[in-house]
Amino acid sequence: MHPAPSLILFTVLSGTGFGLLVWLGLGLRAPTGLAAFILFGLGYGLAGAGLIAAAFHLGHPERALKAFTQWRSSWLSREAVLAAATLAVMAPHAAGSVFAATPLPFFGWLGALLALVTIFATSMIYVQIKAVPRWHHWSTPPVFLLAGLAGGAALAGQAILALWLMLALAIAMVVHWMAGDGQFAQAGSTAGTATGLGDLGTVRLLEPPHSGQNYLLREMVHEVGRKHAYKLRLIALGAGAVLPALLLLLFPVGYLVIALALIAHIFGMLAQRWLFFAEAEHVVGLYYGKR
Amino acid sequence: MTSLPEKTQKKLGLVIDLDTCVGCHACVISCKGWNTENYGAPLADLDAYGESPEGTFLNRVHSFEVVREEATPMVVHFPKSCLHCDDAPCVTVCPTGASYKRVEDGIVLVNESDCIGCGLCAWACPYGAREMDGAEKVMKKCTLCVDRIYNENLPEEDREPACVRTCPAGARHFGDLSDPDSDVSQLVAERGGIDLMPEQGTKPVNKYLPPRPRDALEVPDLKPLSAPKTPKTEQAKGFVGWLDRALEKL
Repeated sequence: MHPAPSLILFTVLSGTGFGLLVWLGLGLRAPTGLAAFILFGLGYGLAGAGLIAAAFHLGHPERALKAFTQWRSSWLSREAVLAAATLAVMAPHAAGSVFAATPLPFFGWLGALLALVTIFATSMIYVQIKAVPRWHHWSTPPVFLLAGLAGGAALAGQAILALWLMLALAIAMVVHWMAGDGQFAQAGSTAGTATGLGDLGTVRLLEPPHSGQNYLLREMVHEVGRKHAYKLRLIALGAGAVLPALLLLLFPVGYLVIALALIAHIFGMLAQRWLFFAEAEHVVGLYYGKR
Repeated sequence: MTSLPEKTQKKLGLVIDLDTCVGCHACVISCKGWNTENYGAPLADLDAYGESPEGTFLNRVHSFEVVREEATPMVVHFPKSCLHCDDAPCVTVCPTGASYKRVEDGIVLVNESDCIGCGLCAWACPYGAREMDGAEKVMKKCTLCVDRIYNENLPEEDREPACVRTCPAGARHFGDLSDPDSDVSQLVAERGGIDLMPEQGTKPVNKYLPPRPRDALEVPDLKPLSAPKTPKTEQAKGFVGWLDRALEKL
């Protein structure tokens, strides 16, 4: 799949933002005044920036409001509704913390729950796509959830929590890669089943339907991005989870350590998200003799 | 609502005969023509006169070669368009309700004025039947020529999809696949029509008729004649030889 920068930025930034809102909502860190302003500002800012980045991915952003209507069937619509609901429900808690030094736990807890489900909904947009076997697996949501929660915990200054979550994230990423590598074969789609000619012999593409590019190839058959998959996996694992965990474990907690851990984590997660798209093979490639 | 209907009153669709298709691409062109001039946004061409022209199409013809153990390879031309699946994954993922499957005839359509161009439905389709229009940025797909098949302004023989009407080989058939007595259903039963990628669970309405068995000819064993002879390469000497070996090792 095409690793669109808008989608990579959206999933990483808004995931981290909603992760932070989970911890702020639960009151693990109950800041007031300026500290609350900065932390809630970061949570809302990241979540909002991600949503805006996602809107850039649309062909017709001016109709984006229509995406709130189909929550009964569509995970993308559910995500939009949940994201908006999280930001709205959390608002009294945030405003109370910032302006009146009075956190409102009811709104906080409900907002935290909604924020968590929002991250889950984001992951389900990918999980539901059966035509991309690597995504269509239970190991996908843990990566999204733990990435958001770990980054959010680090942002909230919860070093011990962040440390454990980073380690869990490392395991989740490895499981997702290992499971994902066998998923395409597991799905059972081949050039033979795609054409229905598999019983006659080995099917190979003789002539593609068009000599130039098209939307399908650009969007869903993206072979170039996988060239450095192995190295990128190491970068994602190292910078995204192991290095932040080590920093939080070995050094006394301070702004600098947390900032460094966060920078490494975000950098690593961008690599992970790039791979998440670039490595994902869509079965439509079978019609083009590609994967 | 982008929920799928429990049951459709009809299942209009295509039956494509892979035995008969000659790969002329006439269906591709007539489809592009009709759907550019009629319902919805025209099908764009980008860089049409430049270095890398491309365009939006609702129907494309691939050509495959089937390599067989005991017989000569077989070339199969393979037209592909929307299969109007009963369990269409493209419909349920749509966040705006632009994608829908009609209860009355099972046709899967896009309401272009509701489409935000997110592209998720194209991801959900295993067959590559949906393409985002390069100019209009809305999702385009086969409409089964819904503006022809019910169009009383057209002579009766033209009230079928443009691809079917134009096929010079008679490789494309249109009808109601929910009616076991319809011509298309009988054809499917007689010729053993198949679903594409049944493992994807989409329950396509369109069926493909596999190529009929070919006559078996007495072909002599040609393998010894075609076996590649190992060419004699002289080992270069001196500097060139060293360079050759060094490069070989890299």
